[in-house]
Amino acid sequence: MAADGTIAGLLRRLDAREVSAVELTRAALDRIAKANGTLNAFISVDETAALAQARAADDARAKGEAGPLAGIPIAHKDVLMTAGLPTTCGSRMLANFVAPYDAHVVAGLKRAGAVLVGKTNMDEFAMGSSNETSFFGPVRNPWDPGRVPGGSSGGSAAAVAARLVAGATGTDTGGSIRQPAALTGICGLKPTYGLCSRYGLVAYASSLDTPGPFARTALDCALMLDAMAGHDPRDSTSIDRPKESYHRALATPPADPAQPLAGLRVGLPEQYFGDGIDGEVAAAVAAALETLRRLGATTVPVSLPAVRLSIPVYYVIAPAEASSNLSRFDGVRYGHRAAAYDDLRDMYRRTRAEGFGAEVKRRILIGTYVLSHGYYDAYYLKAQQVRRLIADDFRRALATCDVIAGPTTPTPAFPLGDKTDDPVQMYLNDIFTVAANLTGLPAMSMPCGFTRDGLPVGLQLHAAHFGEARLLEVAHRYQQATDWHQRVPPGAE
Amino acid sequence: MGRYDTLYDVVLPPRAAATARFCGLNGAPFGSPPLRTPAMISHDDVRRIAELARIEVTAAEVDAVHGKLAAIFGLIDELAAVDTTGIEPMAHVLDAILPLREDAVTETDRHALYQSVAPAVEDGLYLVPRVVE
Repeated sequence: MAADGTIAGLLRRLDAREVSAVELTRAALDRIAKANGTLNAFISVDETAALAQARAADDARAKGEAGPLAGIPIAHKDVLMTAGLPTTCGSRMLANFVAPYDAHVVAGLKRAGAVLVGKTNMDEFAMGSSNETSFFGPVRNPWDPGRVPGGSSGGSAAAVAARLVAGATGTDTGGSIRQPAALTGICGLKPTYGLCSRYGLVAYASSLDTPGPFARTALDCALMLDAMAGHDPRDSTSIDRPKESYHRALATPPADPAQPLAGLRVGLPEQYFGDGIDGEVAAAVAAALETLRRLGATTVPVSLPAVRLSIPVYYVIAPAEASSNLSRFDGVRYGHRAAAYDDLRDMYRRTRAEGFGAEVKRRILIGTYVLSHGYYDAYYLKAQQVRRLIADDFRRALATCDVIAGPTTPTPAFPLGDKTDDPVQMYLNDIFTVAANLTGLPAMSMPCGFTRDGLPVGLQLHAAHFGEARLLEVAHRYQQATDWHQRVPPGAE
Repeated sequence: MGRYDTLYDVVLPPRAAATARFCGLNGAPFGSPPLRTPAMISHDDVRRIAELARIEVTAAEVDAVHGKLAAIFGLIDELAAVDTTGIEPMAHVLDAILPLREDAVTETDRHALYQSVAPAVEDGLYLVPRVVE
């Protein structure tokens, strides 16, 4: 890819007729063909359809009818339905499933003219933090193929980090966009719950699931979000509010170019800077906060005492919702069906035992237990009460600051196989990301440094509900003053 | 208990009855602090929930599944110590109200397309093992 292969950069070259959508798409397909054997970032690639979309984008550009992303090759996480293409959710259960319609965010990006090159690998049904639970094998981190890219949207993150595509979609239920963005050195945004419709997103935990963009820069995330956000009556939790232009907001120059973040109050929760954080991660985050101060921001202490309970709350609410959502996979209407069984009940049991992997089964069993008679109040209701305590903490904190900052993850990318036998250790990797899902707040991760071993570190920012423009502005100003997002992993072009 | 009634109607195993007392089902006021932490998940619980979830867990697998679940519940059971007296459970992050739509037909007939991905179909019907002789 040329020096500036960002979405904004590619759009400039397309506008200047320096390159065509077909050329960009061919180049992306070539890079995928070369790199995917190692990275395993894609589950399916559709060359013919991609090139047809690219030709259509070139035609639209020639006629002056091009959408805002016309000709930009992108990828979708394989949990978002794409009409006529496989949508596997990284599961044996849906290994042969072809979706009958497009997800809302898929349709939005299609309307904007983006070219879909393929579907990315993921933890099975988005349940995982390392992309090792996929039926199609683990994704590898472009910065070190011995390490995980994070999860569950690991394929999308690896594809963008390795420069295979300039942008990709992900979904975030407990950190599944932000954690892999941090571990692969790119930007990932989890919007406010309700901003991007969940229509056509295969449900894991409906009160937490949120589609969002991955890209190398905040500006590119804004360009993608413009095409993904918006009210959709087909999702009853989609919020009806006036549409913003996130990328146009970033074009407004700051009043004082030397202090573009003047007036910004950055809240630093004591709970995000305590024990258990890798020293090099802590140092990179401290340096990023110093940069924000140099750009005019002030930092203020805040406290989120209930946030330590986010993981236990999450592992009640998410499995409870999953046990209900995933009951639809019964071998009757779609997906895998066991070859041998005695009766209907046995068909369900064997189909689900064969079709789901160990982590998915574990979460369905946890969910079934916490919702079962006699346990509902002790677990589910209790978790919903503590969920409100966590939300109240954030509301109080955001009354005294504009954004809340901290590390996205406690450690950089860990080696493959490191935590696969210990689900509790795996779950704890999401300690800083889960709260944004429980509270519905928008949050993003952006690259803010590297360890001595060359592994990326992410800075996470939270804002108030519908504060996406604020998050993107802070990240954009930070990226104009730093070059972490321009670092290229070894072997990528 | 009104609107917070349990979702599943299953036979209450003996140990769950004790837990039910702790979590307020037997007359303790809603939101009262727990009297004790929930009991440890047992091998019988694993077999029971596997049946409820319609997931075959073989006799050889029960022990391993139980070990992992017990560790996870060790994490979850931290919640029992939190005082949540009087805290309204949060069902929606924006406390939004579910909208109603017009009672109008919006879907077209895509029956054939939807059934094209089914494991077994005949004459427009999904085929399953016989349940009535």
